[in-house]
Amino acid sequence: MQDRIKYWKGIEELENTPEFAKHAHNEFPEFLPLNETPADSKSSQVSAPRRDFLKLLGFGLAAATLASCEAPVRKAIPYLNKPVDVEPGVANWYASTYFSHGDYNSVLIKTREGRPIKIEPNPMSSITPLGTSPRAQGSVLNVYDNNRLRHPLIKGKEAKWEQVDRDITSRLSGINGKVVLVSSTVASPSTKQLIDEFGSRFGSFEHVTYDANSASALLAANGGTIPGYDFSKANIIVSVGADFLGSWIAPTPFAKQYIQNRKITKESAVMSRHYQFETILSLTGANADVRVPIKPSQEAALVAALYNSISGQGGSAPANVDSKAFAAAVRDLNANKGKALVVSGSNDPGVQTMVTALNEALGAGGTTIDTAAPYFVKQGNDAQMLRFIEDMNAGTIGAVFFYNANPAYDHPLADRVASGLTKVGLKVSFAERVDETALLADVVAPDSNYLESWNDYEPKRGFLSLAQPVISPIFKTRQMQDSLLTWSGSTTTYYDYIRNNWRKVASGDFNTFWDKAVHDGVLETGATMLRVNTTANTITAAAAASAAGSRAAGNGIEAVVYEKVQIGPGYEVNNPYLQEAGDPITKSTWGNYVTMPRLMAEEMKVVQGDVLRITTANGKTIEAPALVQPGQAPGTVGLAMGYGRDLESMPVVRGLGANAFPITTVANNAVSYSSVVKIEKTDATSPIAQMQTHHTIMDRLVVQENTLANYQADPKKVTTYIRLTTHDGPVKPATVSLWDDYEYKNHHWGMVIDLNSCIGCGACTLSCNIENNIPVVGKAEVINRREMHWMRIDRYYSAKEHEEKDYAEMEHPADNPSVIFQPMMCQHCNHAPCETVCPVAATMHSSEGINQMAYNRCVGTRYCANNCPYKVRRFNWFAYANNDKFDYNMNNDLGKMVLNPDVVVRSRGVMEKCSFCVQRVQLGKLEAKRENRRPKDGEIVSACAQSCPTDAIIFGDMLDPESRISQVLAKEEGERAFQVLEEINVQPNVTYLTKIRNLA
Amino acid sequence: MISCILKAKTKFLIAFLFAVTVSFGAWAQASDQADIATKGVEPGAVATASDAGAAGDPAVISAGQSLFKNNCAACHSAGGDVVVGPGLQGMSQRHSESWLIKWIRNSQALIQSGDAQAVAVYEQYNKQAMPSFAFSDDEIKSIITYIESGVDAAPAGGTDAAVADGTQPVGDQAIGAIGGYLDIILVVLIVVLIVLVVTLLLISSILKNYLNKNKKLDEYDDEIVNQRFDLSKVYKSSAVRTIVALIFVVVLIDLGLDKMMGIGIQQGYQPRQPIAFSHALHAGEHEINCNYCHTTVYESKSASIPSANICMNCHSQIKTESQEIQKIYRALERNKPIEWVRIHNLPDLAYFNHAQHTQVAGVECQTCHGPIQEMEVVYQYSPLTMGWCIDCHRETPLNTKGNGYYDNLVKLHEASSKGAFTVASNGGTECSKCHY
Repeated sequence: MQDRIKYWKGIEELENTPEFAKHAHNEFPEFLPLNETPADSKSSQVSAPRRDFLKLLGFGLAAATLASCEAPVRKAIPYLNKPVDVEPGVANWYASTYFSHGDYNSVLIKTREGRPIKIEPNPMSSITPLGTSPRAQGSVLNVYDNNRLRHPLIKGKEAKWEQVDRDITSRLSGINGKVVLVSSTVASPSTKQLIDEFGSRFGSFEHVTYDANSASALLAANGGTIPGYDFSKANIIVSVGADFLGSWIAPTPFAKQYIQNRKITKESAVMSRHYQFETILSLTGANADVRVPIKPSQEAALVAALYNSISGQGGSAPANVDSKAFAAAVRDLNANKGKALVVSGSNDPGVQTMVTALNEALGAGGTTIDTAAPYFVKQGNDAQMLRFIEDMNAGTIGAVFFYNANPAYDHPLADRVASGLTKVGLKVSFAERVDETALLADVVAPDSNYLESWNDYEPKRGFLSLAQPVISPIFKTRQMQDSLLTWSGSTTTYYDYIRNNWRKVASGDFNTFWDKAVHDGVLETGATMLRVNTTANTITAAAAASAAGSRAAGNGIEAVVYEKVQIGPGYEVNNPYLQEAGDPITKSTWGNYVTMPRLMAEEMKVVQGDVLRITTANGKTIEAPALVQPGQAPGTVGLAMGYGRDLESMPVVRGLGANAFPITTVANNAVSYSSVVKIEKTDATSPIAQMQTHHTIMDRLVVQENTLANYQADPKKVTTYIRLTTHDGPVKPATVSLWDDYEYKNHHWGMVIDLNSCIGCGACTLSCNIENNIPVVGKAEVINRREMHWMRIDRYYSAKEHEEKDYAEMEHPADNPSVIFQPMMCQHCNHAPCETVCPVAATMHSSEGINQMAYNRCVGTRYCANNCPYKVRRFNWFAYANNDKFDYNMNNDLGKMVLNPDVVVRSRGVMEKCSFCVQRVQLGKLEAKRENRRPKDGEIVSACAQSCPTDAIIFGDMLDPESRISQVLAKEEGERAFQVLEEINVQPNVTYLTKIRNLA
Repeated sequence: MISCILKAKTKFLIAFLFAVTVSFGAWAQASDQADIATKGVEPGAVATASDAGAAGDPAVISAGQSLFKNNCAACHSAGGDVVVGPGLQGMSQRHSESWLIKWIRNSQALIQSGDAQAVAVYEQYNKQAMPSFAFSDDEIKSIITYIESGVDAAPAGGTDAAVADGTQPVGDQAIGAIGGYLDIILVVLIVVLIVLVVTLLLISSILKNYLNKNKKLDEYDDEIVNQRFDLSKVYKSSAVRTIVALIFVVVLIDLGLDKMMGIGIQQGYQPRQPIAFSHALHAGEHEINCNYCHTTVYESKSASIPSANICMNCHSQIKTESQEIQKIYRALERNKPIEWVRIHNLPDLAYFNHAQHTQVAGVECQTCHGPIQEMEVVYQYSPLTMGWCIDCHRETPLNTKGNGYYDNLVKLHEASSKGAFTVASNGGTECSKCHY
């Protein structure tokens, strides 16, 4: 019997728990009568009848007075002096740069009537030309955050900028002790130069750089910069705990490179093979061809063994590490010298030294590592920061400035930071809101948002980019660089400062050069401006290898602190869009949780949602709910950073999850993100708002995958096509139909999604949410399974169903499953089941193949959602706009500025779903008509396709034979192209391409 | 019994009167609509499709035309009429080309240099200074070529390029044509019915006479033949009463529904505006092109209300003493924008794009906004209901001429259908054309 792959969405489906079985048979949870108050409030039942009575009364009154009512007087207010470039109703696009804690994206910002509403990738950039990271997508809402500081603060009280300037300049002039500016990585050449100039006025000045998620060891092992990894040139990728597609160093550029070598066609049926050794199941691990769970304490031994094997000293897999996979990795690395790359996420200088030596031994320099173009996106130096904390406590620091840094929250020694700060004379924070560190500062001089500021960046040597303001500062904030210039007594603005600075790299007429640079957003002539400190590595690989061998394996439970893809280290957490974006792996929203392996949960008798008490090595306790995570290494747990905030300035995230930073420790002058902890179960429970169990596939053939070997053997056999049995033999389901087909003359819009390219990051979902004004519903409503996302990334775990005799592989399927991602949205069926059941014809088919949804005609019967085989229709259970119960961005005037003016905000009681971004289709057609031509392929793209960093989604006109989508479909027909649930003959306009795995 | 009859009588009378009034009202309304539908564009506005391109390259002329409309039309007509400055017809005979170029670039400099012609023009037109325009020589020449070509000589303002080119405002004519067709059918039907009734009456009286004269009728037959018409029988009949009652109820419901459906329709809405701006003066009398002030009407979904700096293009010099214009100065001084009252309020759920209708479809402004060039105070001319939109989309042929977007579609349509290629036949009545 051939091995069959079994797919499941979560442990509960695999084990068919009673809770799951209940939900599976009740796919539309109805808690009728519908409570007005969210599920977590208790007193909702009592008040319902009175409210109903009042409502009826109100309706009667309203109906009676309606006829005599005059429509409200609305105003039309034109500009006094219309700016030349702003045409009301026409979007303007500006090139800019999003950079936040390592996450670099060159972006285009769409503005309407002067307000930014959407972030898209900048195709002029060679680093991130395709898509954006999920955080970059969500960042457009940060500028409209009501909880940013609206003015500077002196000792917690509102102050004017003049007061702040006077206060700081006078106090700085008589400063005793060292002046320190603490920041996270500064990848801006001009800012860096400005900080140095600012510091040169003081007798003793230091710019201390640290990163909440540090790459200090990696920097130390590579002379102070991050090697210019190029995953696109690697045939073999071995990653030891580096989540390079999700959170490690520069995920967006890496994702683009990574996928370049994994797109396969019949003509070049080759792809890279990716080994991942890691503790938690990361986004990168989910995409790996071979994934091996290891404990953090095994990392050093594993890298040492790899190093020894490659450098010819003979190494074998450390104990308890899958020796078959290890041997395969060694074999592949040896066979692909010059075409292989090893990366490690460890912050242990010894481990990173060995990795550097490994890459040298593999001949990666000049091939898979571009030695001329290292990355500058992480520059934090742990030792420098630790020394600064000690200096503070010793009382030798006179003044300290915090820029993009919050060590009172995100440093392992946060307590020492807090105690040290009491001994510093002048403490200034540039935080955009009162965060943990700003609470302890004397003066808060709020920095403007990146959409309100000028800046420049050099993420990689020789690749410059600019950030320009697209809106004038909403509040009385001032960008940090202008503050520094003012306090240095300079009268130039930072804009002039950057402009002058860029004269260094200009060629030809400067004004022309500058205008082009601002227009393009990037300058990729190879000119470089950023200076970084170079360091020499004091450790040798051989010494590190022998030290690793002698290190004792840890006893007890090892806890790992990790960075969530959408949340990052915790600077942009007050963003409801990001909070409601499901984690790619756990599919959970709103908060963090302890990920634990199945075995540990069984031993501790823990089920999901039980609150655990973690006691760290230094005696601190953290309480967070448990989440049983398939693929988690045995004997380990994971907890994401960024949560556990108790600040008035972060109401969105307040009270969610627990702070993970106490788990981090300091060892050998470096921050370690794992430590041994004690875990006990408490009696409390805390529900986790997960989206994954909201639908079930009931064992149907929904997602398809195969192996590279099979694809190379015969591309026509990798995909299973279900055929109907007729008396003429098996036929395609589409040939047997009761219905007439639509005739498409003008356009026929369609989408192709390459499952082989999709890495599951979720940028498309966020892009869709922002483009289409999709409301945020909050944690309680996600638990009630009423999230509104039009697009979801289904994440399936899978394992082969084995015959019993194969004992070696008889491990539990949940211990190390394969993962596959499938973006799922309205399939725009040509024979749509939803259209036929709507009693009011609110959902109809268009002559361009789009399944249209007329919200204002919908009466909310929800028949369509019941009849949808893909479960992609979402119902507005509440009015989400202007409703205090959903106090997110659609409930305040500022937050509403982010709404797309071309898309309507839906009201309560109507159904909604993916529209194929019909507003973009209509606009694209109009542009073409205005220019008397047909639309060009690629002009009209859906939001999801535009923001995909791996180009996994192709949107286009299937009637145009020249379009990319037509060509891909023609090529993949009968090979990788398949439609989900083809057998029910709904004939979707969305086609998927089978995922191919390069198994070892 | 009598009172009963009387009651029934009054009831019947009331019902009858009611029915007559209602139907008359309905008829009046219908004819109103027909009026509006056929009116649409003023007869004078359907312009002279004159000998276009008699002289010069059409591309140059059209370039000159667009320059003229966007820059000059506010003060000059292309014909002989004086608007603010002189009509430009024949200007190249009056002045040399090099003089014109100098004058357009900087008229004040020319006047100050003492140029006799320049001073004369300045004096003649009340010392109104003409603003300077930074045009290239070619651009000015293209304007002159356009003026000389005589394209669109008569009206420069209120009407639009499409009309001048001879394109008919198709929508209204189509509606009008169908309305007229129905009228003719109705009249014919009525005539036929009257003839029928008269013929029947004649036949019946001839038969009666014949029977009375020539046949011996028994009592029973005689009663039938010579029966007298008894009105009371009609209104005593329960069938008639039921029918009348039914009609009454139906009419009542219809009226009620009509009223209910009218809620929210603001046709005829004519609010007082903060500044008494007259379209009749600007668009009508001075024939300023709509696009001169509503700058985005060909590019954007909104036509945009002009910003104060557009007013200042002329009113920095013209009618500066007017109370109303002082309001604009005050707004500029205080940096407080003018809050106009919005007249056309589409609900949020409907997406409307001006560019699609003006530039692509070539629809006249007046088609939807009515005789704007005659309005002292603007009012909402069209009902702006979905039915109104859909009707137009059903009946209006697509403006496909010269648009590469439609080339293949027109071929496909002609191959498969004989009817007009209307907006609706290209999917123009589908939900997501306007609702998303």
